[in-house]
Amino acid sequence: MTQPATRRATYDDLHGSDDFRDLRSRYRRFAIPWTIAFFCWYMLYVVCSNWAPGFMGTDIVGNINVALVFGLLQFVSTFLIAWLYSRHANRELDPLAARLDERYEEAAR
Amino acid sequence: MSASTYLAQGQTHQALTATLFVAVVLITVGITFWASRQTRTATDYYAGGRSFSGAQNGLAVSGDYMSAASFLGISGAIALYGYDGFLYSIGFLVAWLIALLLVAELLRNSGRYTMADQLAYRMKQTPVRTAAATSTVVVSIFYLLAQMVGAGALVTLLLGVTDESARNWVIVGVGLLMIFYVTVGGMKGTTWVQIVKAVMLMGGTVLITFLVLLHFNFNISEMLGAAVQNTGKPDFLDPGLRYGASTTTKLDFLSLSLALVLGTAGLPHILIRFYTVPTAKTARTSVLWAIALIGTFYLMTLVLGFGAAALLDTTSEDSQVAASAGNLASPLLAEEVGGGAGSLGGAVLLALISAVAFATILAVVAGLTLASASSVAHDIYASVIKKGQATEKQEVNVARGAAFGIGFIAIMLAIPAQKLNIAFLVALAFAVAASANLPSLLYNLFWRRFNTRGAVWSIYGGLISSVGLVIFSPVVSGKVDPDTGGSLSLFGLGTDFHWFPLENPGLVSIPIGFLLGYLGTITSKETASEDRFNELEVRALTGAGSEKAITH
Repeated sequence: MTQPATRRATYDDLHGSDDFRDLRSRYRRFAIPWTIAFFCWYMLYVVCSNWAPGFMGTDIVGNINVALVFGLLQFVSTFLIAWLYSRHANRELDPLAARLDERYEEAAR
Repeated sequence: MSASTYLAQGQTHQALTATLFVAVVLITVGITFWASRQTRTATDYYAGGRSFSGAQNGLAVSGDYMSAASFLGISGAIALYGYDGFLYSIGFLVAWLIALLLVAELLRNSGRYTMADQLAYRMKQTPVRTAAATSTVVVSIFYLLAQMVGAGALVTLLLGVTDESARNWVIVGVGLLMIFYVTVGGMKGTTWVQIVKAVMLMGGTVLITFLVLLHFNFNISEMLGAAVQNTGKPDFLDPGLRYGASTTTKLDFLSLSLALVLGTAGLPHILIRFYTVPTAKTARTSVLWAIALIGTFYLMTLVLGFGAAALLDTTSEDSQVAASAGNLASPLLAEEVGGGAGSLGGAVLLALISAVAFATILAVVAGLTLASASSVAHDIYASVIKKGQATEKQEVNVARGAAFGIGFIAIMLAIPAQKLNIAFLVALAFAVAASANLPSLLYNLFWRRFNTRGAVWSIYGGLISSVGLVIFSPVVSGKVDPDTGGSLSLFGLGTDFHWFPLENPGLVSIPIGFLLGYLGTITSKETASEDRFNELEVRALTGAGSEKAITH
């Protein structure tokens, strides 16, 4: 491995590159809004369970009520967001990250 | 059914159960010995050589996460409180999105063996490692208690043991086994134990779920109706049976929900799992596998819980489900759908599901002990005490010694904690993790200005406030059963020093953790941590310079 000072310079150099800025903003533009979205959606569910029992207790089909369906939708949204993120990361993030990692390895040699 | 007839019919299943328990122990001990031969370096011991695949680690993550709290605790909570028990499943699953989107990959790239590594990357070693190691050990011990209480409850049922000292010996036995797994097998052994356990648990749960659904001709609505009828509680399917009584209980539920969703990504034994894979991409694959497995599993706990409410006695005075705070609902349900008490099918299924639960407990306690022992050895011994001068061999030996110490403490604390619901105990561990660990993890990865004082304040602030509030909550003293007049707290009647109304501290302690992290940061003039942020950020997002897998 190279000296700490050169290694540091490599990191600073990569940090300033267009590729890195692009990678960071692609990552953040996905991760942060989706985190806020699922968190609010989950809290909505929690608040309804607590303070809207009448609504949550409404039967939809047979003994299956709104509360149960709302709960199951939390499962669906979790699976969906996980799938979306995996697709986003494979297409938009991984190639850029690999390119930057390669540049780091070259500089370290 | 009275206890004596139960014991008389119990001979078959007890012999069978004992055999299966022994088989579980032998298989896991075998794996551990095999793994110990593959363990040569510190990276092997702490991170399994970073050579597991995404699918393998995904199974292991699920194995670590689907503890006795999920398998026994949640289905039990649903069996007793109906819909309100289901709320646990949802929080436990949704929480994985934080791990997936914000933590797993970044942590894999920036850390090495423990949760503290990622903070120590740009901060002063001694204070942040001491703080992070302390909270790792505290969270893990809370979680360990829950698992060991589960082991005690299981054995009470299965071996017909009602004697208190015999039950305590079981807890001691589980403790000794977990010390063995961790000292001998390290991360490689522990991971394989998790994988085997996850497969057993999924298999057992699918089987029982199928049998329950078969019983109701795959008509979920009919099962739910039967649950309402059998429990005699018309509101059984609506939210509020457990938490809807008053504003205090509603706030308690809000507090619990926050702790569940924010706690997962701060659990040390889960976080260190991301170091066992070679790249950030495989860390992501692990979480995706984990979400699929855990989600499917929690959907099945819904059937187990409502099935138990529909088919078992959960309300009468000598209900075994109620007496165990719900913890025995799943095994008893297995017996019921296998043909009922006294039948061969019932005995076989009861023994099988109990063995699965036993394997679950053994695997999770091993994972927890490893996380805390690693932190004691790597953070406290190697970095704080030896200032990085310890050899790998010394470090690993200290980790093994620490496993003994932590195992001993957990055994001593588990014995008095036996009357608390397991899912509930785990929720406390989540609250501590969310308050003490998550704020510093997120600040460190996303806030350039964050520094040593901020990290230390947020960890200790979250830790002290969450544990402190639990001590002064109704969990520890002053909660009285309105029906029987008995104590529902750790301390008996007559001792009451509680002043905090909520049972889960998250609602107060999580904001304290975040707030102190902010205040500590802005009042400190340290600049070194800011200077190293570029390095951390590049490394976290690209994997440049991250720890590589080792091949033998």
